Amino acid sequence: MELFLHQVLAGLATGGIYACMALAIVMIYQAIDSLNFAQGEMAMFSTFIAWQLMQWGLPYWVAFFATIVISFAAGVAIDRIVFRPLRNASLFSHIVVFIALFAILNSLAGFIWDFSIKSFPSPFGTQSLFGSGLMSTHDAGMIFVTLIVLVLLFVFFRYTRVGLAMRATASNPESARLVGIRVGWMVALGWGMAAAIGAVAGMLIAPVVFLEPNMMLSILLYGFAAAVVGGLNSPLGAVVGGFAVGVIENLAGTFIPYVGRELKLTIALTLIVAVLTLKPSGLFGRAIVNRV
Amino acid sequence: MTGPLLSVRGLNAFYGETQVLQGLDFEVADGGVTALLGANGAGKTSTLRALSGMIRATGDIFFSGLSICGRATEEVARLGIAHVPEGRGTFSRMTVDENLQLGAMTRGDRAGIAADMERLYGFFPKLGQRRRQQAGTLSGGEQQMLAIARALMLRPRLMLLDEPSFGLAPMIIAEVFDILRKLNAEDGMSMLLVEQNATAALELADQAYLLETGNLVMGGAARDIGRDENVRRAYLGY
Amino acid sequence: MKHQSASDVPAAVMPDGLTSKRRRLLLSAAAIAIAVILPFVAKNFLIFQLTLAMVYAIAILGLNLLTGFNGQFSLGHSAFFGIGAYTAAILMDQGGVAYYWTLPAAGIACMISGFLFGLPALRLEGIYLALATFSLAVAMPQLLKSSPLEPWTGGVQGITIIKPDAPFGLPLNPDQWLFLFTLAVLIALFCGAANLINSRTGRAIMAIRDNPIAARSMGIDIALYKSLTFGVSALYTGIAGALGAIVIQFVAPDSFTFVLSIGLFVGLVIGGVGSIAGTLFGGMFVLFVPNIAEAVSKGLAGAVYGVILILVIYLMPSGAAGLVRLIGSKIARRTR
Repeated sequence: MELFLHQVLAGLATGGIYACMALAIVMIYQAIDSLNFAQGEMAMFSTFIAWQLMQWGLPYWVAFFATIVISFAAGVAIDRIVFRPLRNASLFSHIVVFIALFAILNSLAGFIWDFSIKSFPSPFGTQSLFGSGLMSTHDAGMIFVTLIVLVLLFVFFRYTRVGLAMRATASNPESARLVGIRVGWMVALGWGMAAAIGAVAGMLIAPVVFLEPNMMLSILLYGFAAAVVGGLNSPLGAVVGGFAVGVIENLAGTFIPYVGRELKLTIALTLIVAVLTLKPSGLFGRAIVNRV
Repeated sequence: MTGPLLSVRGLNAFYGETQVLQGLDFEVADGGVTALLGANGAGKTSTLRALSGMIRATGDIFFSGLSICGRATEEVARLGIAHVPEGRGTFSRMTVDENLQLGAMTRGDRAGIAADMERLYGFFPKLGQRRRQQAGTLSGGEQQMLAIARALMLRPRLMLLDEPSFGLAPMIIAEVFDILRKLNAEDGMSMLLVEQNATAALELADQAYLLETGNLVMGGAARDIGRDENVRRAYLGY
Repeated sequence: MKHQSASDVPAAVMPDGLTSKRRRLLLSAAAIAIAVILPFVAKNFLIFQLTLAMVYAIAILGLNLLTGFNGQFSLGHSAFFGIGAYTAAILMDQGGVAYYWTLPAAGIACMISGFLFGLPALRLEGIYLALATFSLAVAMPQLLKSSPLEPWTGGVQGITIIKPDAPFGLPLNPDQWLFLFTLAVLIALFCGAANLINSRTGRAIMAIRDNPIAARSMGIDIALYKSLTFGVSALYTGIAGALGAIVIQFVAPDSFTFVLSIGLFVGLVIGGVGSIAGTLFGGMFVLFVPNIAEAVSKGLAGAVYGVILILVIYLMPSGAAGLVRLIGSKIARRTR
């Protein structure tokens, strides 16, 4: 029983990572109605920028917020420059460009900063939380920041005009234009926000998994899984999904005999697929009712 | 007020390489209702889409003296032209309330927007009862009301209506057209109405044009068009 | 250029019947003739590479059947490629089976596993299906490395197999023979795919992609067709996997990661979604472009690859097949 609880809490700790990543994914999904496969690499690159700024002497929090601003701008730029010519292209073409972006960012990061593992500081410290040995202060801090971002996003989408405009653009771009929304800029804004959230995710994750170009690979996958399980149009779902995935992964690794450890990722994903089979729009996703 | 609110000369429109409208000439008077009639595939929807910049178009389109041909859809909307599209264009994932708020997206006057929303809920009681309901779950008639209400939130000078009778039961059609009549009579709302249901359209409109495969074959006062032998036989059923 | 079915062409542009078919047959014959001569004039390594390109083309064709023609998104085809490859390797290495029998065996194994995977996948669509299939791709290497399966799969070490010689003592070296063998299989499979697409079944499959509700109301059993398409798609990619194993003479779990799945997907789009002939271009792209990228810059190979991808998409948003169609219609209009 104690082992179970321990693993659940450890799962929540890693789940915080996935929740954070999942938020960025849901953000971009709201903006462009599609998943950005390069989201993880963008987050990784942002984290490297933060690292570089600190190497150049900037204090942590200055680098933190500067990176968020830079990432926001970069996200907008990527949309306006790379994706603008593709406005009328098929979904398939978009996905290939995401893949290309992935390759470019990964390769570029490795080239500039090489593939050696670097450590990344945490503003929350890495001692054990309340001396309990169950979670570190950083894990707790990460969950805390994730929840703050979640609340900010919730307020943004629910209570601001821009948030409403963005939701409308994602839901029905043509009608959005007809009410005068400048759809192009809504999408760019979505990209910027997703990049900024991704940067936060990366900077929170790096202290745990260490900074190197391939750090986000499996996290991105778990993040996708979390976002999908939670329901792609629900930031709350993304966070809950993230924690759920973290716990499932940990429990699977610990309790499924013998192969659990080797097949952690597989089992987690299988369970997620099972959830989707039962509830195709995710746990918190609103089933979209369309009258035929 | 001199000159028509909307003046269209030599409008050509294209879907890719295919030309669907050939040199249309028509206008909408300020405070008037113009109907564009025609069968399926005649090009009625294409006309409205061309005006809203949703498909490629050439020719002269003057709105209150301003040339709008080639402008982006959102810019056309911002000039005060509210387009109620084919299929209503409802934001189905959003609530009725949110749909109305979206209609006012280009306005800055929060008090005015709130007042307008209340006024419209009074005008459309069925919508008032369903404020928090997901718009996609409304019936066809209710979605049509919602689409009109959303367009009105823009405080437009011109409304473009694409087949408001589509898919609606006769009683609901009567209701919808009643509302349109009131808007025109009491608020002086100018409208360009595209319709397959010629009877309803001709009752509402003062000007009417007949569209056949991308060409305007007839135009004039709605009353006269309604009395024309060929129109009666082909479109009015008697 | 193998048979490009009429339904590849978008509805708006339909070339006149007979002459275009004759043109296509002529082009196909010419292409086959060139292909047959190739192994006798090219260097061994190039023949090896071209054989692999054909293998990828078949794999991409499998993916095309599912994603391009049936609208079911799959990022998991590396799994079927792997199953086919391992089936061939295990049969040859431990069962002493002749290489040509491994192809149907791999095909059947994949058809069954594809069909079985297609069943739960019925409830999923679009991005959700992509995620589920992606999970499959991620799972495969882990499964192949796992301890219970090790006695069969050889674990991380993989299995090595011997390249077969040309039969009947023909004066061909193994590379040349494998090229021709693969070419024959490719032609057969392409013809099969073209016939499938042009048949009633093919139209049902495409109807499901274009408008599932309408398809169902016309009496098409969506569940059955979707699962069957999954099976056939897996069959094609599985056969490609078996061929790949024979050509490379080696299978290991890390050859079949999701990176391969993504590569196949990229090849599909670059070749042209919904185009049978396009898969050839896709196969060559998947094989050669990563090498070109590495040649340009070892340190930035990934970045160069990414940039090439983006440029290609800008120039050919509908893939190579789309470009050919565009040029064709421009020429047709000029000569009218």
